Amino acid sequence: MAVSRRQFMKVSAAGLAASSVGALGFIGAGEGLAAGVRPYRLEKATETRNTCPYCAVACGVLVYSATDGTKDAKPKVIHIEGDSDNPINRGTLCPRGAASLGFMHSPNRLQYPMHRKPGSDKFERVTWDFAMERIAKLAKEDRDKNFVAKNRDGVTVNRWLTTGFFAGSSCSNEAGYLTYKAIRSTGILALEDQARI
Amino acid sequence: MTNSWNDIKNADVVLIMGGNAAEAHPCGFKWVTEAKANNGAKLIVVDPRFTRSAAVSDLYAPLRPGTDIAFLSGLMRYLLGNGKIHQEYVKAFTNASYIIKEGFKFEDGLFSGYDASRKSYADRSTWDYEFDEQGMAKVDETLQNPRCAINLLKAHVERYTPEMVERICGTPKAKFLQICELIATTANGERSMTSLYALGWTQHTTGAQNIRSMAMIQLLLGNMGIPGGGVNALRGHSNVQGITDFALLSTSTPGYLVLPTERETTFADYMKSRAFKPIRPGQTSFWQNYGKFFVSQQKSLFGAAATKDNDWAYDYLPKFDTTYDVMKMVDMMAGGQMNGLFCQGLNILMAGPNKTKTQIGLSKLKWLVIIDPLETETARFWENHGEFHNADPKAIQTEVFQLPAMAYAEDEGSFTNSSRVIQWHWKAVDGPGESRTDIQIIADLHSRLRALYTKEGGAFPDPIVNTTWNYAKPAHPDPVELLKEINGYAIQDLPDPADPTKTLLKAGQLLPTFGLMRDDGKTSGACWIYTGVYTEAGNMSMRRDASDPTGLGIHPNWGFSWPANRRLLYNRASADPSGKAWSERKKYITWNGSRWVGGDVPDYAPTMAPDKSVGPFIMNQEGTARIFSRAAMPDGPFPEHYEPMDAYIANPLHPKVSTNPAVRVFAADAKSFGTPDKFPIVATSYRLAEHFHYWTKNVHDNAVLQPEMFVEMGERLAKAKGIKNGDWVEVSSQRGMIKAKASVSKRFRPIMVDGKPCDVIGLPIHFGFIGLTRKSYPLNTLTPSVGDASVNTPEYKAFLVDVKKTTPPASQPATV
Repeated sequence: MAVSRRQFMKVSAAGLAASSVGALGFIGAGEGLAAGVRPYRLEKATETRNTCPYCAVACGVLVYSATDGTKDAKPKVIHIEGDSDNPINRGTLCPRGAASLGFMHSPNRLQYPMHRKPGSDKFERVTWDFAMERIAKLAKEDRDKNFVAKNRDGVTVNRWLTTGFFAGSSCSNEAGYLTYKAIRSTGILALEDQARI
Repeated sequence: MTNSWNDIKNADVVLIMGGNAAEAHPCGFKWVTEAKANNGAKLIVVDPRFTRSAAVSDLYAPLRPGTDIAFLSGLMRYLLGNGKIHQEYVKAFTNASYIIKEGFKFEDGLFSGYDASRKSYADRSTWDYEFDEQGMAKVDETLQNPRCAINLLKAHVERYTPEMVERICGTPKAKFLQICELIATTANGERSMTSLYALGWTQHTTGAQNIRSMAMIQLLLGNMGIPGGGVNALRGHSNVQGITDFALLSTSTPGYLVLPTERETTFADYMKSRAFKPIRPGQTSFWQNYGKFFVSQQKSLFGAAATKDNDWAYDYLPKFDTTYDVMKMVDMMAGGQMNGLFCQGLNILMAGPNKTKTQIGLSKLKWLVIIDPLETETARFWENHGEFHNADPKAIQTEVFQLPAMAYAEDEGSFTNSSRVIQWHWKAVDGPGESRTDIQIIADLHSRLRALYTKEGGAFPDPIVNTTWNYAKPAHPDPVELLKEINGYAIQDLPDPADPTKTLLKAGQLLPTFGLMRDDGKTSGACWIYTGVYTEAGNMSMRRDASDPTGLGIHPNWGFSWPANRRLLYNRASADPSGKAWSERKKYITWNGSRWVGGDVPDYAPTMAPDKSVGPFIMNQEGTARIFSRAAMPDGPFPEHYEPMDAYIANPLHPKVSTNPAVRVFAADAKSFGTPDKFPIVATSYRLAEHFHYWTKNVHDNAVLQPEMFVEMGERLAKAKGIKNGDWVEVSSQRGMIKAKASVSKRFRPIMVDGKPCDVIGLPIHFGFIGLTRKSYPLNTLTPSVGDASVNTPEYKAFLVDVKKTTPPASQPATV
């Protein structure tokens, strides 16, 4: 019989109710004890398969998320562990991966778009719309001013060299491809990732 | 990796050199443990430091940072001189017997064709084979001709005697020979060795040649294409493999195609040098399909705007004059030649090789956009952090945007691991606050630029306004849509060439294999090596069947491995020329009389009979692997030992050409190299088991485990400098100075180099002035802005410093 982890937990609680405690004559004690057992944290959590965010071993991880039960609460990740079905890591994690819950909840996670004016000593919160509108404007200004359609020999080169793009090596393939597409189409040549460094 | 993480268990000898898998890739290292426990494997570790990999090795030897080629060339000399090569494999599957041009030579540290004024090998024409009238490479199968590649290799490595290896590397001769003997036990097809390396090999001015040396050794031993063999790069970031495959690199396009140079003015010009005609009779030369991959990619990028009449929108691609790699970008920024910069999850102030130069560069930008889930030093380069980062915000006029990105479990999509296995991951929760996915942020940027160019016009709007963007939600493309686009599909019905009444694929259907890609505009596909990942049968990267029918660790139905779900590259070479396994122990892919069979996808035409003599290395025009690399590398067809740019000694082999003559040195950095009279100690950088790059200093547990920067040094050096464990020391190089606490250990011991004791110290890379760890001086204050001659990977692993005892930083406690 295949018993999933969650089924196993239920079986245990039921087993406790009908266990030796009950058999010893303490009628109802088993049920009482089972009812008093603190519910397993992961029992009501949602399990999501993922891969560890750090190195390229790409260990399988199981991400458990749950809400705190209050109305309209958004689920939060409450636990991360190695995926024992993954043939590469077989459930193991290293000191980085084992602590990756702390990455998700780091106090240094960015929450809002921020803007630092020239010469300023602080970041100020702005809206996405403000930030993206301004970035697109700055990029277009620079591109329109410095785009090189032809080189000195009159050969069509269609390149834009005054702006660069460092791409993330922990973005998904899909994000990476979309980035390639969006950035190359502008003529940027200075497009690099973490591969060399 | 040519092989896979799981395949390491099949090895009989594991060589960890240029890496430290036990600490940097602990869960991958499990497969080394598995090989030792269940396959009787022996582990060899060669490293300047007695690492945790070394601690569980059977054989450990130290070497001076930056001398790996001397060691490996000495190993080649041993193998060739003692007949410890896999003769039949070498003869049949490599270019050992090919005759090299008369004009090719190597003298006084230089290969033929060097142009001293340009500091490069301007003429590489002699680095090639002799060809006959039919354009076929000449060979001498008796190997008698002294110009045979293998004979030239023997002559080239003859100088690397065990004594010379000891003199350059500081590796004791007896240890070196013990290692050679153990490695030589795999030269037979019965046993195999795997090579595991990482940045310890790449981050040198001879980086690519370090790996090339190992590729040659594995060919001599017959360990390529064999279970438990291969040359295996243990890669760093979770998707650095995928992002490299998608060519987020200055001169590439997805799937290892090359962006056109400005000399290739037309598509016809571009294709002329990419005909890849076979240069041995009957060979496959798989890159002959280049045009199909390129045209399908242009269709994927530019859709209907890429037509035969406009050369598939060839002019939409920028044409390059030179490489715009990381260091070139920083050099341009520092020289005031750049105005804008995007940093998507890359912390350049920490990751670039010379922090001072990067800081100058960032300060000269007009604007900087950070896209990251975390706070980074780069985002706050303008902020003053005292002596750890002394910046004056008022003087810095750069406008900075910091955009919050979602992290891994907050988004779905696929990652490609070091074994080339593409695995989908699912979203668990939303990111914090107003964070957005990278896809959303890029889509927003593109949509706004596109709208501006559509409305206002501007410089060459065509590629921007014609980029394919046919997503259901243009502002938020679905990763599933994107993976399908990557995989490719038929634009029109594809007729069956064997029977025109039949249709292979209907318009809109996903391509099952890159074999169906066409160069007539009827197929679209962004990255040919990924084709097959999303077919009409579904998303293969979501497959989670862990079964392993052969027991060889292939797991063919777990995710999808590029190319074509092949788990072990060059696997045709696991069988002898007649198609029989070299041995029962290493049986993998064999010929059954009508086709190639085994537990993996053959890396070969599946019905190509062995008597056709098609070589197993189908990506090469000759069908064989190269022990002589022709003109493929800019610094020589054979590897040669050159000192790091901070040279500890004059190169004993050719003191007048001490360092790699083909490296690029920017004018701004001409005086940035140190000499041993001022900086007599060799330094190397390394990573800790408890940290990942510059991220995990933002994670509480990791910050507790390893809270601050330190400098690891041996007892002899510490005593000589009057330094005790926990003392504050100053480490200086020609580039700058840092302070860090001393960690005095037995893991670094002085080695005898050129007859004198040489002290080596180690510095972890992880610490900076942002995070939950203590504020620290970043290590890259010390490292030089110079890189490998082939691919410009910075030389982080070997540089010169001095150390002295000092006072603590003002904001740090005096004692441990």
